[in-house]
Amino acid sequence: MLPGFRVTLGFTLFYLTLIVLIPLAGMVLYSFSMDWADFWRTVSEPRIVSAYKISFGLSFIAALLNVVFGLIVTWVLVRYDFPGKKILDALVDLPFAMPTAVSGIALAGLYAQNGLIGQFFAEYGIKIAFTPLGITIALVFIGLPFVVRTVQPVLEDMEHELEEAAATLGATRWQTFRLIILPTITPSLLTGFAMAFARALGEYGSVIFIAGNMPFVSEIVPLVIIIKLEQYDYQGATAIAVVMLAASFLMLFVINWLQKWARQRQES
Amino acid sequence: MSASLQKQTVTEPLWMKSLLILIAVGFMTLLVILPVWMIFAEALKDGLTPYLHALSEPDAISALKLTLLVSAIAVPLNLVFGIAASWAIAKFEFRGKHLLITLIDLPFSVSPVISGLIYVLLFGTHSVLGNWLIANGISILFAVPGIVLATIFVTFPFVARELIPLMQEQGSDEEEAAVMLGASGWQTFWRVTLPNIKWGLLYGVLLCNARAMGEFGAVSVVSGHIRGLTNTIPLHVEVLYNEYNFLAAFAVASLLTVLALVTLVLKTIIERRFSRD
Repeated sequence: MLPGFRVTLGFTLFYLTLIVLIPLAGMVLYSFSMDWADFWRTVSEPRIVSAYKISFGLSFIAALLNVVFGLIVTWVLVRYDFPGKKILDALVDLPFAMPTAVSGIALAGLYAQNGLIGQFFAEYGIKIAFTPLGITIALVFIGLPFVVRTVQPVLEDMEHELEEAAATLGATRWQTFRLIILPTITPSLLTGFAMAFARALGEYGSVIFIAGNMPFVSEIVPLVIIIKLEQYDYQGATAIAVVMLAASFLMLFVINWLQKWARQRQES
Repeated sequence: MSASLQKQTVTEPLWMKSLLILIAVGFMTLLVILPVWMIFAEALKDGLTPYLHALSEPDAISALKLTLLVSAIAVPLNLVFGIAASWAIAKFEFRGKHLLITLIDLPFSVSPVISGLIYVLLFGTHSVLGNWLIANGISILFAVPGIVLATIFVTFPFVARELIPLMQEQGSDEEEAAVMLGASGWQTFWRVTLPNIKWGLLYGVLLCNARAMGEFGAVSVVSGHIRGLTNTIPLHVEVLYNEYNFLAAFAVASLLTVLALVTLVLKTIIERRFSRD
């Protein structure tokens, strides 16, 4: 038996309780000091409801886009060789390593009407920055590493034999992809989707600069919490935060379940 | 499996390959490469002199000092925690282990804004603790301790989640042998465990540090935005940007971008070392 069990577990529990559990529980307890009618009135205000729709809707679209483009990026990184591949692979983690505020101002500058990319769209009358489209771009940026880094190891571990067998038996490449490759990577794709979606729901820094932050149009839930705080409406901020926390816990549960499924799939 | 067979049967036609590579590179260019390029291009738009001037402003320097101070406290604490947690979880069996791992990961799934809010509620005027602290002249909120706490919260899982799977995979045979031969717990850790986990540990610390220096949402909620006092670098970027002082905003942002790029380069090197070991 190795030494140090009591002291390391004791410190772990102490630190976890002090830093994470007490503050989180404190917020939930504080929300109980509101009566139910007040709580409900706050979290169902039309402006807040439209923020939920924007946050959940755009996070969903962004996570979907991440699955499509993330799969293409992963595929290219795992299966093909081309110059600059190693750099591209390293850059996938950049959204994770970059401070969100820095990504936020860079994306806002690029996709503004007079920005390097935004100007081409502006010619056709498409505004990106300061619209829901801009929010979606920031959320795709922030979610990209989650899909790529979940799917990549699974695709790398895939045996080529099955694909060869399928090809020998006369399957087209598309049939092989749809019937053999896709089912193998589906659990990891879904896990990546759920992780990107969960991250996008709570994202603040990279979104607010490009969002425009117009109530009922481009106002996300984390920003609404900040606005309530700035108005010293702590109860309102807490009520909305508790709703979002519940959504995060639900996502955490879903992700855990998906990961378990993915592991079982890979083992069998 | 021969390479030629693989080429014939399990790959796409050249046009398809080229198209997919083009989409992937184009997507990464629009979303990741151009933003990085943009930060340096805007920061150095008028040359080196205004760039250096923006970086040497007193507010920028005090933001830099605060950011360094905050990560110098938060990262070592989370490092010690990460080692303790992974030792307990990887080397021993106990009930509730799975729950403990989930709880350690919890700060990752909480929105940064909420990570700040929980400390505002705990130390603000609406809690007993907050009122007691204020009555005794101890300021946590809108001061450095609050920023440190919020940073510890958001970077809480980084080291632990790198080390736990790594140490679980390595098992504890080597450590048990060392203890049997008479080594103390500390000696076992320093001489046996640490050399085995050093790359994973370094990797976790790197990510933890990058996030600690770059955290925006949580710190923004607890800081109070007092210029020259409670502004970290990311908050200072926001202030400059909102004042339409774009050159200075991008100049200060370029510091954090360099940090992110250095982190990625080191990460790539570490991963190569990892696979070699």
